[in-house]
Amino acid sequence: MKSKVLAWVMGAAVGAFAVGAAQAGTLDDVKKKGFVQCGVSQGLAGFSLPDAQNNWTGLDVDFCRAVAAAIFNDPTKVKFSPLSAKERFTALQSGEVDLLSRNSTWTMSRDTSLGLKWAGVTYYDGQGFMVRKSMNITSAKQLDGATVCTNTGTTTELNLADYFKANNMKYQVVAIEDANQVRQAYDEGRCDIFTTDQSGLYAERLALKNPSDHIILPEIISKEPLGPVVRQGDDGWFNVVKWTYFALLTAEELGITQANVDEMTKSTNPEMQRVLGVKNADGSAAGFGTGIGLNEEWIVQIVKGVGNYGEIFERNVGTNTPLKIARGKNALWKDGGLQYAPPIR
Amino acid sequence: MALTPSSVAYLRQEDAPRLPPPASMTGLQGWLRQNLFPSIGSSLVTILFGALALWVLSSIFDFAFLRAVWSGADRQACLGENSGACWPMVAAKMGQWVYGFYPIDQRWRVNVCFVAGAALLAPMLIPSAPYKNWNVALLFLAFPLVTLVLLTGGNFNFDLATYALVISLMLLAAVIVPLAAFGLEEGIACNKAGLGLAGAAVGLWFASFLTGPLQTTIGGTSNSLISILTGLLLLGSGALSIGTAVRRAPRGGFVAAAGWAVGLAGILLAMLLLDFDFGLLPVETPQWGGLTVTLVVSITGIVVSLPVGIVLALGRRSRMPIVRMLSVIYIEIIRGVPLITVLFMSSVMLPLFLPPGTSFDKLLRALIGVAMFSSAYMAEVVRGGLQSIPKGQYEGAMAVGLSFWQMMNKIVLPQALKVSIPNIVGNFISLFKDTTLLLIIGLFDLLGILQASLRDSAWATASSAPTGYLTVALMYWVFCFGMSRYSIYTERRLHTGHKR
Repeated sequence: MKSKVLAWVMGAAVGAFAVGAAQAGTLDDVKKKGFVQCGVSQGLAGFSLPDAQNNWTGLDVDFCRAVAAAIFNDPTKVKFSPLSAKERFTALQSGEVDLLSRNSTWTMSRDTSLGLKWAGVTYYDGQGFMVRKSMNITSAKQLDGATVCTNTGTTTELNLADYFKANNMKYQVVAIEDANQVRQAYDEGRCDIFTTDQSGLYAERLALKNPSDHIILPEIISKEPLGPVVRQGDDGWFNVVKWTYFALLTAEELGITQANVDEMTKSTNPEMQRVLGVKNADGSAAGFGTGIGLNEEWIVQIVKGVGNYGEIFERNVGTNTPLKIARGKNALWKDGGLQYAPPIR
Repeated sequence: MALTPSSVAYLRQEDAPRLPPPASMTGLQGWLRQNLFPSIGSSLVTILFGALALWVLSSIFDFAFLRAVWSGADRQACLGENSGACWPMVAAKMGQWVYGFYPIDQRWRVNVCFVAGAALLAPMLIPSAPYKNWNVALLFLAFPLVTLVLLTGGNFNFDLATYALVISLMLLAAVIVPLAAFGLEEGIACNKAGLGLAGAAVGLWFASFLTGPLQTTIGGTSNSLISILTGLLLLGSGALSIGTAVRRAPRGGFVAAAGWAVGLAGILLAMLLLDFDFGLLPVETPQWGGLTVTLVVSITGIVVSLPVGIVLALGRRSRMPIVRMLSVIYIEIIRGVPLITVLFMSSVMLPLFLPPGTSFDKLLRALIGVAMFSSAYMAEVVRGGLQSIPKGQYEGAMAVGLSFWQMMNKIVLPQALKVSIPNIVGNFISLFKDTTLLLIIGLFDLLGILQASLRDSAWATASSAPTGYLTVALMYWVFCFGMSRYSIYTERRLHTGHKR
């Protein structure tokens, strides 16, 4: 409640400035200063985290690089501003960052009252459950009578209550303030289930005594669509960010990877030619990149710089990383997931 | 019946032999008995707490040494069923904890600052070390400048307008010179023209906000007419003020004018130094982090808060109503809000009020916030010390004809500050630890960078968090304990008969 009021107040306060900032044209500003200022998380495994060599890595970070690659043909032309959860939207509204790629959930109130716009959903997250393998449970429907460890005062607790009530199951909750202590309580066996956002569960699992003794159930009981955010009122910039995201998906859909992108430009497939901005015989091009203020080869630049969506996913959070997250809902629509890009034509 | 002494067998002729104290009262045994086991109750308490301490220490020892993992390349090394502290993680992350995201090949610059700071601070803290004046000048004037250039890379690229602004402000400040030299009334009387011109300049400057800049072209470049007029007026005002001061030279005016000139030259020199391109790779403040940020913020806070706090404390006890009121308002407003609020204001609200596109450095905003906050607290600590000085001291000082500042400098403040040492250092220590709140506004102080490291899936294990927190706690403790011991040393050195 409190946060809602705050959100409205902030939204109102920001309105005038957002309009003022909108006139500027973020794409031109970015091109002029020569880099994208990207707001990221202060540290979230797999999404944005500085490694020992001070390089930022992660899915959110790679999205920023993709935008930089689309504009400058150089994925390194990006500066990262680590932002805390509380200041992230203000930083975007005030123009401190051009783009916010910081595991921010897309909700109606944020979308409509804060002067912000979500450019897509780079990761479909949601609340999940972790249990011990020894319990021989394969579905959340079998959790009747379980003891659940969770954080206090978050939506997690409410979602949990809804889910168990809807499925007519009983449960006992062990609610603890600090995330580290929740994990510890679960590890010590004070409860059967550990629940929080699913991507978080994969990260928390690593810090358990025996990570391999635990599995994460496939069910997701809430919607947490995470994606890049821009300021409202600057449609040019919004289009660049939105279509960078769609370009990543389209590249995966067409099988264009970092390794084979050069080869693909020689393809005779008309769709491939269109997407990769290959010039026609008469020297004219489809004009999709120039239409949003970028080059004809913008998708080639993106894929060369950071790879397609699938490559980004596998590199940062996929099954070969310590996090071992399966594609699940984040698979392409043709593989049964939710990631779907409108056609480029 | 006569008794001769010789026949009194029980009268002792020589001293009894001096026996050593009973074995139970000397040496280790005696010490134990006196201090740990004087009575049954105390013995029980000793045993209880001894066992507790032994248990805690042995489990820490067990965790940190016996079960510890000493080498490894990633989390696999520390994954063992019963493994304790994960030291390879500390080794891998220590660079980041100290330097943050400072480019690895540029870390020597931070090291130079650390070493220079330590080398200048050490003789400062040793009372018998010579050349204190030079030491002070180097530590408080040269060192911050060098640090600023080294850490940021210098080459600030001030534009001409910035230089013009600084010179204008210094010219405006020149009207204070006669006031300082001859006192308030005579200073005003002899420099009416200078003050008038300064007033006109300030008025014009305010007016320029209303009218908007009037453009004119001089020598091919477009200039704001009002800026030029303001500059000319200030130049006149400054020249008159300094001229007046120097003309009445025998009465201290020359010294005041020289002081002003040295100040102007110093500031311009500092600006030129910051402006100069030393060829260092620029490192922006978002790349700073870890212990570096903790030290930068806390040392700035400490160095700024003491003088500002003293001034505020004197202001609050001043007889001048406006000065007193302003001090009270400042102190009470700042003390009335939590530090987190001040930091939030500076990082979240401030950018909303600035015109879009102008954002000034987040670390700088936090620095100002922390310095403002700690100054208010320091003011109250110093005021406590001032109140402990008996009225007789003031009266005595006034009776021998000392001026206000002489009285404060020579009589009151030395005593007041001495009394307040424990509280002042307490403030310093809590400021040092309060820097951890920077985490909330997205700056990576030592604790913040630790928490980011703990999220790294390359090192996420059950023992990573305890190991990291243990290490960082130890780092904090070393600094705080150092400050605490030095304060006790200073107290003992300065104790001149008031100790109870």
